[in-house]
Amino acid sequence: MIPQVSQLPTGQGDVLGWIFQVAWIALIVATFIYGQRIQMTLMLREVEGSLFRLKFMRDKGRKTAISTLKELGGSETDPTDRVDRFLEYVAIQPVNLDPSGVIWRLEHILNVRDVRFKDEVKLMVPGVDEVQTNNMENMLEAALALNIIYKVIRHFYVLGKKTKSLYIIMQLQMLLPIILREAEAFSNALQAFTHGQPIGDGAGALVAAKLMHGHRAKKIAKDTVMAKLSIEGRTAYVLKAKGPGGNVGKPGEAIKQILEKNKGKIATAIVVDAALKLEGENPGEVAEGVGVAIGGPQIEKYKVEETVLKYKVPVNVVLIKEDIGDAVSTMRKEIFDAADGVIDRIKRLILERTKKGDSIIIAGIGNTIGIGQ
Amino acid sequence: MSKADSPSKGFSSIMIIIVIVALGLSIAAFFFAANALIVTQDVIQGSYFALIGIMGLTLLTYMLIQTRKRTLSLSIQAQKVATTILCQKCGFKNLRDFQRGDFIFKEAEGCPKCNEKMMIASIYREVKKKKGKKELS
Ligand SMILES: [Zn+2]
Repeated sequence: MIPQVSQLPTGQGDVLGWIFQVAWIALIVATFIYGQRIQMTLMLREVEGSLFRLKFMRDKGRKTAISTLKELGGSETDPTDRVDRFLEYVAIQPVNLDPSGVIWRLEHILNVRDVRFKDEVKLMVPGVDEVQTNNMENMLEAALALNIIYKVIRHFYVLGKKTKSLYIIMQLQMLLPIILREAEAFSNALQAFTHGQPIGDGAGALVAAKLMHGHRAKKIAKDTVMAKLSIEGRTAYVLKAKGPGGNVGKPGEAIKQILEKNKGKIATAIVVDAALKLEGENPGEVAEGVGVAIGGPQIEKYKVEETVLKYKVPVNVVLIKEDIGDAVSTMRKEIFDAADGVIDRIKRLILERTKKGDSIIIAGIGNTIGIGQ
Repeated sequence: MSKADSPSKGFSSIMIIIVIVALGLSIAAFFFAANALIVTQDVIQGSYFALIGIMGLTLLTYMLIQTRKRTLSLSIQAQKVATTILCQKCGFKNLRDFQRGDFIFKEAEGCPKCNEKMMIASIYREVKKKKGKKELS
């Protein structure tokens, strides 16, 4: 192409032809020299577009939070200042240079955070019941997550622009599709949390609720309830977070207590939880396995792993597959319908792996918002 | 929030230079194409320049579309959520929109058939599947 262009407008002494040729060569040279700059500019534009979207979601989250709190709290208090302060809260990770005991230090910090958040909500909307407090706390956490995501991405965007570093911008541009998906998930979560609708993450809690419905549930650990019932001739301790407020409870603590109360005489523990699906899998697919499936900051998982090791109790898991968007937005029909299939699997598992008269633990993990018991 | 720390909406200077140069080149290319086709009757040269011109314009259009696209699709739709109320005695079912305060296993109003207390059996949203897409399985 290039040699042909360079020989085209010659011959007739055409001035315009020369200009055209010089401009053409200049463009090629410029592409060689500034190619990276141009590429960077294009990437920056793309990042900027995503950043706008993140900002939009952040602002919407903040607005939703404020208007919901206003609606609940009546006209006497204006929660705007408090919400703005809340959206900037940080929890600092404990030292992990010396990892011994880091779990307990982390647990303490998260407990303090939880108490602080709930107190904050009570100050924003005084006189509201526990269920609403928990839901509002969840809603504010989603808005907080959106705010943090936006701020971090903006930080790297501005940093990349200032330093003109292709690598900062490139990383950002490559990660953004995944980050946007997560932010969109939180944005959808706001609707579920403001209205108190069950979310996909609560699939495990739903299974436990279906099992324990009609039986007396008593508190066993913070925000966690347990019911003793009989399934297929076995004594089952079914536990879940206390609904219908937005709670994940302390399932690890609860399992530990049940095991210790029974001196480890538990034939098997079955953990039911929602799990992230791989792309291509259908939401609501059920999978089985062994191990402890408890998400979050790993504290509860650690507690269970330690106790079942102490008493050598086998742990089985039943997982309900869903993607990150489904996990925090209102529960999809497919996931809801999967619960009955999970109960059948649990029954089969019990029949295969335990004897009549055995005791078992069934733990429904997940946020129990919108799910009673 | 100050203007400096939020993303700017304007065109960057590099972008403007690229647009101007590309526009100038394509116009010149079209001029030469016309010159070659009409005056010197050289079809090969003429169509060659026309091709360059079309390429330049395509690039410009692509860039403009790119900048327009991001202002669209900035809205989040509310999802429709359904609540099913079930009578455990006679199996009467009532499907309605979700209302604040609903939760699964909540006691609801009396059954219109047998007056027994009904219960919320399910709350979920239905996602319409996109048609015409074949999936690997
Ligand atoms: Zn009835």
